[in-house]
Amino acid sequence: MSLQKICEIIAAEPLTPHAYSITLEAGRIAEEARAGQFVHIRCGDGLLLRRPISICDVNGSRLRIVFEVRGEGTRWLALRGAGEALDVLGPLGHGFDLTGEKLLLVGGGIGVPPMLHTANCSGGEVHAALGFRSADRAMLISEFQQAAKTVAVASDDGSIGVHGYVDGLVREAAARENGFSAILACGPKPMLRSVAAVAAELQIPCQVSMEERMGCGVGACLVCACKTADGHYRHACKDGPVFRAEEVCWDD
Amino acid sequence: MIDQSVCLAGVTLKNPIVAASGTFGFGREYGTFYDLSELGAICVKGLTPRRREGNPPPRIAETPMGIINSVGLQNPGVDAFIAAELPELRRHDVKIIANISGDTPEEYGEMCEKLSAAGVDLVEVNISCPNVKAGGLAYGTKPELAAEVTALAKRHSTVPVMVKLSPNVTDITEIAKAVAEAGADALSLINTLRGMRIDVNTRRPILRQNTGGLSGPAVLPVAVRMVWEVACAVKLPILGMGGVSCGSDAVQLMLAGASAVAVGTACFTDPYAPVKVRDELTQIAQSQGHGRVAELTGGVLPW
Ligand SMILES: Cc1cc2nc3c(=O)[nH]c(=O)nc-3n(C[C@H](O)[C@H](O)[C@H](O)COP(=O)(O)OP(=O)(O)OC[C@H]3O[C@@H](n4cnc5c(N)ncnc54)[C@H](O)[C@@H]3O)c2cc1C
Ligand SMILES: Cc1cc2nc3c(=O)[nH]c(=O)nc-3n(C[C@H](O)[C@H](O)[C@H](O)COP(=O)(O)O)c2cc1C
Repeated sequence: MSLQKICEIIAAEPLTPHAYSITLEAGRIAEEARAGQFVHIRCGDGLLLRRPISICDVNGSRLRIVFEVRGEGTRWLALRGAGEALDVLGPLGHGFDLTGEKLLLVGGGIGVPPMLHTANCSGGEVHAALGFRSADRAMLISEFQQAAKTVAVASDDGSIGVHGYVDGLVREAAARENGFSAILACGPKPMLRSVAAVAAELQIPCQVSMEERMGCGVGACLVCACKTADGHYRHACKDGPVFRAEEVCWDD
Repeated sequence: MIDQSVCLAGVTLKNPIVAASGTFGFGREYGTFYDLSELGAICVKGLTPRRREGNPPPRIAETPMGIINSVGLQNPGVDAFIAAELPELRRHDVKIIANISGDTPEEYGEMCEKLSAAGVDLVEVNISCPNVKAGGLAYGTKPELAAEVTALAKRHSTVPVMVKLSPNVTDITEIAKAVAEAGADALSLINTLRGMRIDVNTRRPILRQNTGGLSGPAVLPVAVRMVWEVACAVKLPILGMGGVSCGSDAVQLMLAGASAVAVGTACFTDPYAPVKVRDELTQIAQSQGHGRVAELTGGVLPW
């Protein structure tokens, strides 16, 4: 069950030159959070719409988010400090299905943070494939090394890890480790599209976390429409953000 | 305790706060935050004769103190609403208003018949949706067409018919009068104002449909003005809305002439907005010495 809560900021710090980490005392929002869910955060009095941010990790009643500054809302969020409070709605959305003995978690860019909570929630064996634009945007690698059996890293410019995209890492991991029960992915849509294509080719079930501009965040206003393969629209906030890859319409 | 009940076209609401159509789904989502019986009425997401998929995303853009949406009336269709949603809503002690949009006047009539039989408390005829090509706004901007749709809806309804007016007109009283003469039992206003926002870097409009409907606090003064103009021009009860986010906003609309007030966009910022608006409104009425909140209606003292 989701709820609205004013949450105290326990810690707030820059993680990279582009990304920030905030840890909140979030009570039941943290306790009930499942892998792949998000929180909807009010970013000051001047902005009407809350901003959806994935749950990066949970420790008891503490909840961590990691975000990049993209515009007004995230800029406001980046200026918050410990001791201040945030108006948070959550946990929201339909998250990852973690059934399976052996999972391959794939994160790209700012899609990496939610895969950490996903790794920590899963009971089975976990492998991670993380992609970043460049070394200065790489984050959370040591946390993933704690949570996963193997961690492979790639970057678009080769400044960290393998020079290339995460779909290459997915192929390698699948060749090296046989028998992944599922691939779970979060990142920009072009990345998800190629990961979904590789998963389909390897015949491994794949789930993807989708982004869309949101209103209410709870499923009432129907603005965050994601087109599905059958031509219908479903909604990122309630039906998603996680969908089975074959449910998603990948054109456009 | 002050009497919070109000009367809208012969239907008694236990308090004047209504959830605005399209911002509250069919009540299921916000019903997990509070008991839906806290509200006076729920106006459900706009219904059409058959299921509609709605517009491609992005469907929302943020603007200073407002949002622009172009959902395009995504809904499961009137029959699915009656079968799957209405029984659920009926479990709460709250009046149910069915908001309807058709492509032809006959479609409005057909839906009115089904919804009256299914036992909704009121029908809200939407002739003001800016996000669909057929019907919608086309009916809401021409007095003769607005009257024709109203008359047909009335003929096919056994429950009161309220007509939702568009602010996207030069003279809203002209449409209000035409609709009143055609037999409407109440009026609701305002629907969203047409708007547009462009990303200066990509030079693309944010909304995939290019334009959409503006709502939120930015539109409140327009809503107050239009409710006041309509209240002065016709003798019908009014459900006022547009930009309400606190009790005094709602009181403004009532003073301008509204009998009840709908809260929409404010729910996105704060899911509890309708309940808070109700409490603040009651508080204001009480502190001004009223015994009934209904006494606020039309209380403006214009210069
Ligand atoms: C389910 C979900 C989980 C997310 N998790 C994270 C996360 O963990 N870390 C992170 O850094 N970012 C995440 N995002 C993206 C994040 O929501 C946007 O970067 C943020 O909303 C931008 O807000 P802004 O005010 O800074 O930007 P602006 O461009 O000023 O925002 C204007 C409007 O567009 C919306 N918007 C802009 N970009 C996006 C986007 N990519 N997705 C959805 N809405 C957008 C905003 O919410 C706002 O309503 C997530 C998005 C979704 C849908
Ligand atoms: C996302 C969204 C969807 C809407 N859908 C409908 C609809 O289906 N039918 C309708 O009559 N009005 C619809 N409206 C208009 C609202 O009911 C209301 O008239 C308008 O938003 C002004 O009120 P507000 O500023 O409190 O939101 C919608 C508004 C929004 C923001």
